[in-house]
Amino acid sequence: MRPIDRRIWLLLPATLLLTVAFLGPVGWLLARAFTFPQPGFQNFELLWQRPVYLRVMGNTLLISAIVTPIVVLLGFPVAHMMAHGSARLRRWLVFLVLVPFWTSLLVRSFATAILLQRHGVINSFLIGFGFIDEPLPLLYNLTGLLAGCVQVLLPFVIFPLYSAMARIDPALMKAAATLGAPPLRAFVRVYLPLTLPGVMTGATLVFISTLGYYIIPALLGGARQQMVAQLIQDQIATFGNWGVAGALSLVLLLATGVLLALLQLTVGLKEIAR
Amino acid sequence: MSPIASNDGMRPWRLLRAALCVFVAVCLLSPLVVVLIISFSSAPFLQFPPPGLSLRWYMLLFSTPAWMNSLLVSVELLVPSSILATIMGTAAAYALVRGRVPGAPFIMACLMLPIVVPGMITAAALFGVYRGLGLNGTLTGLIIGHTVLNLPYVVATVASALRVQDARLELAAATLGAPPWATFRRITLPLVLPAVLSSLLIAMILSFDELIVSLFVSSARVRPVAVQMWSNLMGDFDPTIAAIASVCFLFAFLVLLADLALRAGRSLRLT
Repeated sequence: MRPIDRRIWLLLPATLLLTVAFLGPVGWLLARAFTFPQPGFQNFELLWQRPVYLRVMGNTLLISAIVTPIVVLLGFPVAHMMAHGSARLRRWLVFLVLVPFWTSLLVRSFATAILLQRHGVINSFLIGFGFIDEPLPLLYNLTGLLAGCVQVLLPFVIFPLYSAMARIDPALMKAAATLGAPPLRAFVRVYLPLTLPGVMTGATLVFISTLGYYIIPALLGGARQQMVAQLIQDQIATFGNWGVAGALSLVLLLATGVLLALLQLTVGLKEIAR
Repeated sequence: MSPIASNDGMRPWRLLRAALCVFVAVCLLSPLVVVLIISFSSAPFLQFPPPGLSLRWYMLLFSTPAWMNSLLVSVELLVPSSILATIMGTAAAYALVRGRVPGAPFIMACLMLPIVVPGMITAAALFGVYRGLGLNGTLTGLIIGHTVLNLPYVVATVASALRVQDARLELAAATLGAPPWATFRRITLPLVLPAVLSSLLIAMILSFDELIVSLFVSSARVRPVAVQMWSNLMGDFDPTIAAIASVCFLFAFLVLLADLALRAGRSLRLT
């Protein structure tokens, strides 16, 4: 065993800041769940007993479960085109996905709201072409929330899928074809299983991101689509109820942690970092 | 393309793929294009297509003290927090990748936590702890929060660049008698500089866009652009927001171009 070298001191500023300004405060917040207003598990009993908390937690899970497959299904063809199209096309697609990815979530959510509002672009378009007579309610409901989430989360699926697809040896598909598999079967039996690590990574990223979303449900969703992060904000800003806020944070964090652990078990984090 | 792969059975699938790609492209870009156009509208509402063009919303934006003040706060916030995060993150990445540090993978995972933990939890936690320290509503409090949030991106970017570089170059310099600091400054730093600058740019963008921690920690006097936008969005939408959104978008777009140029330079140097 060689001695620890002096470069370890370079870690000090970052780890100190992380401990004082992140781990400490988050630990403090989670501890409120068991100590506020008095020691015990009463906050978790409240989460279980009050229908509003259960409903919001169920809602959050449901919305994540709806958003994830939509994003994967829409991201798949884009990643496929990126991985197997010409170099020129790939550059354009990467640029196309990166530009919105780098634009603030708030700006994109606001932009989506403009498209979806009652007299917004989509409704004017549909009425102008005579598809509908009355504007469709697209904003401040489930439709608006889903549109916002899908829009913002597409890159989270496209990039991991692309990196999985780019590593697939094209000779494999040719081999399947030579051995007599029709294209569709070769795709389902050979290609699709090889993209699975990318699908799992993308889907997990989308799912856990959606679980914690605040801006999109607050801006594009309605009162009936309230999500956990909004509830946490409400508990602190409106009621000063740090106990319930801590308990909700713990539940949200546990759900995120369990999903990441599952991903680590099935795909491995090394794979994700590639 | 082999004759087997390009048979007619694939055509409908290719068409479907192309159609879905176009749909995704429209979904991703149309909101941004519409906002850009509306920001030049002459109408007092967010009407599309606008009845006429004007710069009145930009004039209003740049003559409203609240917006100018928040732009100033954003700059005062993003400059120190991105520089601090870049310095601390680069140092940490260097120690973790090159140093013999016990438990390096664990420390690396901990440094990634601010990305994994939902923003609302971080925001509530900082707000709660800041109350006792009098840091809520101060620039210092915001800078600390943003530095922590930026740290993971810097560590990840610089660490992955360091892993690609050949550690033997540093070893050679050290063998030839260069002291550690000289080795770092003359060998390591020039090699990873594009990654360091790229992470500085990422940190600037993230800090400028960050909303949730800022929402909790800021006050009416110390209010970054994102929070000012948020409070306006909670009221009536008017094209001033489209104008500031376009400014944000332009800022992000320019930084992205700078980053792509940096990356192109980096890959050229590697080959």
